[in-house]
Amino acid sequence: MPFRGAVITFPGSNCDRDMAVALEAVSGQPAIRVWHGDADLPGELDFIALPGGFSYGDYLRSGAMAAKSPVLRAVIAAAERGVPVLGVCNGFQVLTESGLLPGALMRNAGQTFVCRTVELEVANTSSLFTNGFAAGERLQVPVAHHDGNYFADAATLDRLEGEDRVAFRYGDNPNGSLRDIAGVLSANGRVMGMMPHPERAIEPAAHASMGGSDGRRVFENVIQSLVAA
Amino acid sequence: MKVRILVRLKPGVLDPQGRAVHHSLDSLGFDGVDDVRIGRMIEMDVADGTSDDALTKMCEQLLANMVIEDFAIEKLNSEAEPA
Repeated sequence: MPFRGAVITFPGSNCDRDMAVALEAVSGQPAIRVWHGDADLPGELDFIALPGGFSYGDYLRSGAMAAKSPVLRAVIAAAERGVPVLGVCNGFQVLTESGLLPGALMRNAGQTFVCRTVELEVANTSSLFTNGFAAGERLQVPVAHHDGNYFADAATLDRLEGEDRVAFRYGDNPNGSLRDIAGVLSANGRVMGMMPHPERAIEPAAHASMGGSDGRRVFENVIQSLVAA
Repeated sequence: MKVRILVRLKPGVLDPQGRAVHHSLDSLGFDGVDDVRIGRMIEMDVADGTSDDALTKMCEQLLANMVIEDFAIEKLNSEAEPA
């Protein structure tokens, strides 16, 4: 069966095309585009991506409205069946607002929008998103967000660390995230949210500031894991 | 029925906005401000007889993020409200 990956677009999403390009580049299959008002997902999906942007204008709280949209009920049901879900940036905010991932993304501690390439340290190497990385490996991946300051209470943070559910940490924390957390995994390891944008780093570019290709490996890990399964 | 919902960050949750506003008040020369915390007020016009339970669920499911926020529900006498 050819790989079937879907990208959900909300009003205000702006990284959905980049996400689709990344999926297509790595999988060699067309990305299936899904609109937020769709109550049902296409059948037999192997993977769902929630892209970055400002869904519903970030009204109320970043990701809050999207988390209650019709398509999210379908995404939650798919995740409960074990379909892998990746949320990047606003997609991560949607995952925390929907309850698929613990914690919350608050206003950056420095108050400013942060847009630059950051160093990430790989923390988890067992999930389908991260199993091609070496523990402690350093990646260069861009961030672009105003609300990326990861918060959860101490007991939740201890649990995430104890269960090896921190996927990535920041080398130089750009937003005040507790324990330098840049990405987290669900209990079954099949839902991941991260603030940095792997889909913006899928090919080597002429200039180092243009992202590089470290992000591509996140998609390679996912697709190779699913093809091997 | 008019209802006013106050959504506030839980005690202990760092409020970068409040901190920045506090700093600005200090720099404007206002002394004696010990702390500033910023929340959100939501005013709703709801059907008379909307239950407290329904209002609480609205807060828990959407209006507040229970990971970081608390909420308070205040029912207003609409006639006493200034226009």
